[in-house]
Amino acid sequence: MNIFKHQNNVLPGFGPTLGFTVFYLSLIVLIPLSALVFRTAGLTWGEFIATVTAPRVLASYKVTFGAAIIAATINAFFGVLVAWVLVRYRFPGRRIIDALVDLPFALPTAVAGITLATIYSANGWVGRFLEPHGIKIAFTPVGIVLAMTFIGLPFVVRTVQPVIEEIEVELEEAAVCLGANRWQTLQRVIFPMLLPSILTGFALAFARAVGEYGSIIFIAGNMPMVSEITPLLIITKLEQFDYQGATAIACVMLLTSFMMLLVINLLQKWSRRYAE
Amino acid sequence: MTKRNAHETTEPAIVRWLLIATALVFLALFLALPLAAVFSQAFEKGLGVYLETLKEPDTLSSIKLTLITAAVSVPLNLFFGVTAAWAIAKFSFPGKNLLITLIDLPFSVSPVISGLIFVLIFGLQGWLGPWLQSHDIKIVFAVPGIILATIFVTFPFVARELIPLMEAQGKEEEEAALVLGASGLQTFFLVTLPNIKWGLIYGVILCNARAMGEFGAVSVVSGHIRGMTNTVPLHVEILYNEYNNTAAFAVASLLAFLALITLVVKTIAEWKVRQQLEH
Amino acid sequence: MKIRAFITTMGAFALVVTTVITAFAADVTLLNVSYDPTRELYTDYNSAFANYWQKKTGDKVTIKQSHGGAGKQARAVIDGLEADVVTLALAYDIDAIADKGLIKTGWQKELPHNSSPYTSTIVFLVRKGNPKGIKNWNDLVKPGISVITPNPKTSGGARWNYLAAWAFALHHKGGNDAKAKEFVAKLFKNVPVLDSGARGSTNTFVQRGLGDVLLAWENEAFLAINELGPDKFDIVTPPESILAEPPVTVIDKVADKHGTRKVAEEYLKYLYTDEGQKIAAKHYYRPINPKIPTRLAKVKKLYTIDKDFGGWQKAQKTHFSDGGTFDQIYTPVK
Repeated sequence: MNIFKHQNNVLPGFGPTLGFTVFYLSLIVLIPLSALVFRTAGLTWGEFIATVTAPRVLASYKVTFGAAIIAATINAFFGVLVAWVLVRYRFPGRRIIDALVDLPFALPTAVAGITLATIYSANGWVGRFLEPHGIKIAFTPVGIVLAMTFIGLPFVVRTVQPVIEEIEVELEEAAVCLGANRWQTLQRVIFPMLLPSILTGFALAFARAVGEYGSIIFIAGNMPMVSEITPLLIITKLEQFDYQGATAIACVMLLTSFMMLLVINLLQKWSRRYAE
Repeated sequence: MTKRNAHETTEPAIVRWLLIATALVFLALFLALPLAAVFSQAFEKGLGVYLETLKEPDTLSSIKLTLITAAVSVPLNLFFGVTAAWAIAKFSFPGKNLLITLIDLPFSVSPVISGLIFVLIFGLQGWLGPWLQSHDIKIVFAVPGIILATIFVTFPFVARELIPLMEAQGKEEEEAALVLGASGLQTFFLVTLPNIKWGLIYGVILCNARAMGEFGAVSVVSGHIRGMTNTVPLHVEILYNEYNNTAAFAVASLLAFLALITLVVKTIAEWKVRQQLEH
Repeated sequence: MKIRAFITTMGAFALVVTTVITAFAADVTLLNVSYDPTRELYTDYNSAFANYWQKKTGDKVTIKQSHGGAGKQARAVIDGLEADVVTLALAYDIDAIADKGLIKTGWQKELPHNSSPYTSTIVFLVRKGNPKGIKNWNDLVKPGISVITPNPKTSGGARWNYLAAWAFALHHKGGNDAKAKEFVAKLFKNVPVLDSGARGSTNTFVQRGLGDVLLAWENEAFLAINELGPDKFDIVTPPESILAEPPVTVIDKVADKHGTRKVAEEYLKYLYTDEGQKIAAKHYYRPINPKIPTRLAKVKKLYTIDKDFGGWQKAQKTHFSDGGTFDQIYTPVK
């Protein structure tokens, strides 16, 4: 702890709060996750590489990570829009819509998947209008993006929303006084303030989408090489009682997500500096 | 905001309505439609059947278990979230980004794996399994395992909600309070807490929603024993697999009602804030 | 602070653990861990057995049920789900439990008829009036026929589907392993969606309206018709199919620990009585006692795992393990 002591900070409670954070993090997250690594360690290096680079596994990474990036981008864009509209504008039904945003978390993932398949399959409420135009959503990779967008929706909205709530109007007024038009204010004042939270929301939505299983299997079609997601391959390994193969793939996913989250978090730090 | 400068700090009406319309269309496709689908199937056979389903003993016991699970896991993660956010947002230390990323980690772990890791530790073939069995302590395939998996899955919510918010706010206000002689806890409760209330409310709401709705991880550690270790989402799956569509969606609709709780909590919070301002 | 939170957690856990344990102690309780399609069968059977047992011994027995995919259920038992008996889809899954020492080896000889008190087979569920004229397995590989089956890698039922098709090709003119593989590959070309479980596939076929034919367990097909629309579907029983034997066994380690061995054994034996067989027949399983009447159509030729595939261990390894014939169908040739 000595290296922390020299910092110039009058606020109390650093030691206990950081201590508890690390303790709880280790107990709930790190120790359990280490079980994953230890299980995988039963494989030789060659077996490990062979397992995690099999053609079907590689194809599934592409589907999973590709769809997750698209879904998180959709969510980042619309999430900010929704958060802004909900906080800044008044219109009938606003409160109800505000409450609905959390729905994708509350709805069990399997229900979400079944419901989305009901709506977007060829005989569904929306799907039947798309089908004649040759647009297929359910049982294609588009269905995967759809499900991932649904389950990640609350993240961006709910991380950006409190930041918008806390923006002081004085800041905007100051910008106006200095001669900025509305667009300049948004671009130069508001957006930089929101950027860290947008990145957080993006990162969380992405991370959640990569791991999602329950809702996707109902709408993906699960065709090998085309619409098979990595978590499904993990399940497939488990079905054969191949715990090591399953944990090996899980480790690769974990590591990849971890690296991406780390990059996004560093980006966020940089964006905050830029804002100041 | 006052009337005088309203036109300068908001967008032209046409842009405003355009934005609202876009947001509404997006939400209609992604939220309202699925919700309507859930309710239309839940009430397919009328209100009588709907209520009948909810009175089933297996349904009731699954609701009870879900409530217990949320009641244990949400407060624990709330406490963790606030402490972690305090340490991370108000102080600078090496490895901070690594710590934040580690806190995010449970989100990126596939729910299936989140369940599996606890089986790997507490299961009969796991590290502690044989010891637990000889002492007749049940963790996985019993309620503690379900709670553990839920805590894991909902772990980052509150922390993640608070960290960007508290970082954006800086620490000048707290420093001022301390200089004026407030104690650490007083500073937190009287200065920090009012500032972060929205983030805190959203964090708890999300955490609670996910705790009640989690399916994948809980499914791995539950054992699916009817009337004993089935949570609401698992019970929905069972009903659906019994081709009992109406009942499945009826139970699922209960979880959709959680959104109403969100509404109530937020309305109360807003009302209280307004009251404070008036006084 | 950390200590307090820790104690609170542990306290909460302890409380819950105690609740669970006391809940177990009240009566004689058996836990039957089974696979998906047997829910209705065992709900019925459990109350019949409880009656029988109370009349015979005066003891009250409560049977708890757990259902899920067969592989997942077997894993749960291996990892410590304390099942007194298991009633699963494949001997392969029970073998996996026996491998971990929870069941004595040779378990399949403990009860008559390979420990399978009822059998089933794979049939076709088609749209009403059978518009595509699907009668036999070779109709499934015709161009333009859309076939719905779950993924054999994740669903026990789908493995029976796959092997039935394989056996059909193997036993028809010029049949050999290469021809059979080609046949099955052609069949899976016609599969637009691979759900992870049997009931997922049924819902894809019934609710989403996808596909011309669903390959299903016989009892599942009847259940789907009864529950979801007798006016919308027909069952086609092909002249040849596979004999599915879902086995049952007592988990020795658990039953001895719970002291429930006697009632657990009786519970399984009762499946072989006329009463048990009638309940199985009622739920569209094929009773092994030929005297029990059944409504099911006769299948002319039934292939078996043991004779045609050399047992489950071998079948699993050749066809469904990583790199097996099923994977080869989908992996592009290098």
